[in-house]
Amino acid sequence: MATGTEEHAAEGSGLAIHPMDQFIVKPLFGDGPVHWYTVTNVTLWMAISIVVLLGLFVLATRHRGIIPSRLQSVAELFYGFIHNMVEEVTGHEGAKFFPYVMTLFMFIFLANMLGLIPMSFTTTSHIAVTAVLAVTVFLTVTLVGLYRKGIGFLGMFWVSSAPLVLRPVLAVIEVISYFVRPLSHSIRLGGNLMAGHAVIKVFAGFAGAMGVASVVPIAAIAAIYGLETLVAAVQAYVFTILTCVYLRDAVGEAHH
Amino acid sequence: MGDKMATEPILEEAAGVCVNAHGGAIGMPQLCAEWIPNQVFWLVVTLIVMFLILSRIALPRIGAVLAERKGTITNDLAAAEELKQKAAAAERAYNEALANARTEAAKIVAAAKADIQKDLDAATAKADAEIAAKAAQSEASIAEIRAGAMEAVQAVAKDTAKELVAALGGSADAKAVTAAVAARLKG
Amino acid sequence: MEGELALLGKYIGAGLATIGLGGAGIGVGHIAGNFLAGALRNPSAAPSQMANLFVGIAFAEALGIFSFLVALLLMFAV
Repeated sequence: MATGTEEHAAEGSGLAIHPMDQFIVKPLFGDGPVHWYTVTNVTLWMAISIVVLLGLFVLATRHRGIIPSRLQSVAELFYGFIHNMVEEVTGHEGAKFFPYVMTLFMFIFLANMLGLIPMSFTTTSHIAVTAVLAVTVFLTVTLVGLYRKGIGFLGMFWVSSAPLVLRPVLAVIEVISYFVRPLSHSIRLGGNLMAGHAVIKVFAGFAGAMGVASVVPIAAIAAIYGLETLVAAVQAYVFTILTCVYLRDAVGEAHH
Repeated sequence: MGDKMATEPILEEAAGVCVNAHGGAIGMPQLCAEWIPNQVFWLVVTLIVMFLILSRIALPRIGAVLAERKGTITNDLAAAEELKQKAAAAERAYNEALANARTEAAKIVAAAKADIQKDLDAATAKADAEIAAKAAQSEASIAEIRAGAMEAVQAVAKDTAKELVAALGGSADAKAVTAAVAARLKG
Repeated sequence: MEGELALLGKYIGAGLATIGLGGAGIGVGHIAGNFLAGALRNPSAAPSQMANLFVGIAFAEALGIFSFLVALLLMFAV
């Protein structure tokens, strides 16, 4: 993301703000075209998140200490947090989805947090990535719901508590909102991340052009960086808890 | 960005259609269709690897550790509860023994007090009797002395009266003198 | 992309699209404020509703992000 900016700045075209350059996917080796198998910066940062996951969840817990070390207690904290969320929101039936939900949460959380490192690449800021995550959740919920409840799963579109006249209208609305779920689910995560990173880049562009007065945008960047750290954690949490809420439709009792 | 796109010729480099000649992004990189298969492929690989790490190694391990810790804590709590009850029982026994010793001591004190009181009463009675006897003896001897003294006074008075009467020239009738002295002494 | 007029329209449209973020701000503030009001009335029930708070904020915020996305699309993709 940096090389593009530097080259633009070298043009000397005044206020050079290129907030979208940080999202460019580049091959790590050479300048060839990006095929589906090419090793790119996406690969690099996803691999780093796997390494962090290994360090946190395998290396730190290798002693299986009754009295945990610091890193082990962090891993246990994540475990307890997600386990409670799955049990509370999805119910006892949903407990077998815990590894799946945990995978989603840890991937999004690590990708968001690693993306906050300067010069890094945020994999979750790409709609392609979040769309795959959301569509996976959508397909899981739909297939599990149909498998578990059969045709009764479609009963969630037929709001039995509403007056009979309104029910067809509500059914249409419910169906639409059901199919909009993966869209909002993915754009919420990707959009938040992209927006935060783009805003930081815009302020960085101001700082480059303002001379001494650039302390103002730099202070703003520090503040936004704090907010983005919060957003990174909260969006991972929100994505996960929405996954749990959707899973409840498939495995739990109807909440309508 | 936009004006650059409009005014500058876009050089199609080997890097692809979404990056211009300067390495800058053309449009939104998120919408570059050329990069999507790559991202999806590596994402799926990453998710599968993460799922295997978590579900095969990490989560069972942490779950076992947490269960073991819970068991240890439960055991320790039970042991602590047992010890606490033992301590409470010991304290109860100690208090009981203390109370017993107290009542025993009170009994002994009361008995000793009663004994002492008895001795004291006996000694007091004895002393009272002795004192009373001595007092009676003394009174008797005082009365004797007094009587002796009275007789002596009478004799002296008779003799003196006889001598006075004789000196005054009269002959003293012994009987009359004695009667007069006795009357005088009585008066 | 036909000249200055298209560029003008693009930028004006992107600016107008960001107005939608204000709506998201109102929505998020409404949710957080009402949560706080409820939490002050019944503090013991507040922790159990934190999940609902975050889900509500996420739903409200997503719509604002949509309008931001439209702004970005106008700026960079059209």
